[in-house]
Amino acid sequence: MKLQASSNAARMLKFGLAAGVLVATSACSNVEPWVKPYERDRLADPIMFLEHDPVSASYMHHVYESREGARGAMGSVGGGCGCN
Amino acid sequence: MNNSRFTFGLLLVLSAMLLADMARAAVLPEDRTDVMYHRYEGDNIAIEGPSVLIRKKLGKSVSVTGNYYVDMITSASIDVVTTASPYTEERTQYSVGVDYLRGGTMMSLGVTQSDENDFEARTYSLAISQNLFGDLTTVTLAYGLGDDVVGQVTDPTFAEDVSRQQYGVGISQILTRNLIMMMNFEGITDEGFLNNPYRQVRYLDDTGSSYSFQFERYPNTRTSGAASIGARYYLPYRAAVHGEYRYFSDTWGIVANSYELGYTHPWRDSLTFSARFRYYTQEQADFYADLFPRFDFQNFLARDKELSTFTSSTLRAGVAWDFGKEGMGFVDRGRLSLFWDRMLIDYENFRDLRDTAALPGEERLFSLEADVVQLFISFWY
Repeated sequence: MKLQASSNAARMLKFGLAAGVLVATSACSNVEPWVKPYERDRLADPIMFLEHDPVSASYMHHVYESREGARGAMGSVGGGCGCN
Repeated sequence: MNNSRFTFGLLLVLSAMLLADMARAAVLPEDRTDVMYHRYEGDNIAIEGPSVLIRKKLGKSVSVTGNYYVDMITSASIDVVTTASPYTEERTQYSVGVDYLRGGTMMSLGVTQSDENDFEARTYSLAISQNLFGDLTTVTLAYGLGDDVVGQVTDPTFAEDVSRQQYGVGISQILTRNLIMMMNFEGITDEGFLNNPYRQVRYLDDTGSSYSFQFERYPNTRTSGAASIGARYYLPYRAAVHGEYRYFSDTWGIVANSYELGYTHPWRDSLTFSARFRYYTQEQADFYADLFPRFDFQNFLARDKELSTFTSSTLRAGVAWDFGKEGMGFVDRGRLSLFWDRMLIDYENFRDLRDTAALPGEERLFSLEADVVQLFISFWY
């Protein structure tokens, strides 16, 4: 079990790094945005913000991480569409 | 008493906050101030205090952030009443950060310092975020470096170091005009004194009808990986639903899954109601046991219930009231928010030692109910 978990953690680490590099290096591709800036009004609505209140989100993550063995990748790193 | 899990957790979270701010698609964070009162109460532990967050832009490309956070702790938890004495303590934390925006790229730096009577922690964080594909995609890379010193109130000469590194990758993707999706990965490595210097494990005495205690012993290293995926969808009548899944595993043998579903519903002009449910399940660390067969049974020994096998459910109800939309001096608007979370944890192999009538290893299983309340006021300017 320990070996399996260890292997899983290592595999996830490699996957995460590979995904980051892949996306970063594909930045040169010329992709036409299929959701135009003027179509992002709903995504700009505050109810679509994944963490509308950062002080509250960080506190709850803190509570969870204090009560649980797991950690990291909690909550969202994105939210809204940056069109405000 | 040592509260390193709380400290470490919060430092992780603050690093994630920095990362989260970054990924908001190359727009500097809004100028706002939040003043919060928080209270956690469960298992005879009460933790309360303020948290104040201030964000302000300096020109068009720089934003600065400051956070002051306090935990005032009164504890007579199951661990404390069975192996130690009730205690009170206070932890204070300061963090500052700066975001720099240039074109579609944002760079962030942050530092956090946390102090309590037997634990000091400092974390430095760095993140870079880039918009891609007509701003439909935001990619964030983050790195954090932490240095902690673990102390012990009963022994002023006790001081052990912990060093930590965090690696994060996050992707936020607009899929349709109503749907946004995000994926996160975070790897964390720790090295140093990772156990609680006060906590003890129990082992069976030779007679088999009683038990004794010895101090915990953890490995000096830990590496973990967590990956999450989530989405948020705009409903036709102006409401939002969101879901998230996270998988976690580490070199200690812990495997965990968490699931979350939530709903946000504005009502008339100034109220917003929210509800969400989170379910978490975890398998124990390899070296955890509620009762070891004998003294020094194995190299590593733990009886921290956070490393045991358990399930946890959390239900939230929240309401927020927007006010002052017409402006109040230099303040553009304000919001008063109240969130209440009810947390239920059922441990599958952590027993309640207050059940003294039972034989060792046959005591009733422990369970925990906690209430988490947040009341805060926010101003945008």
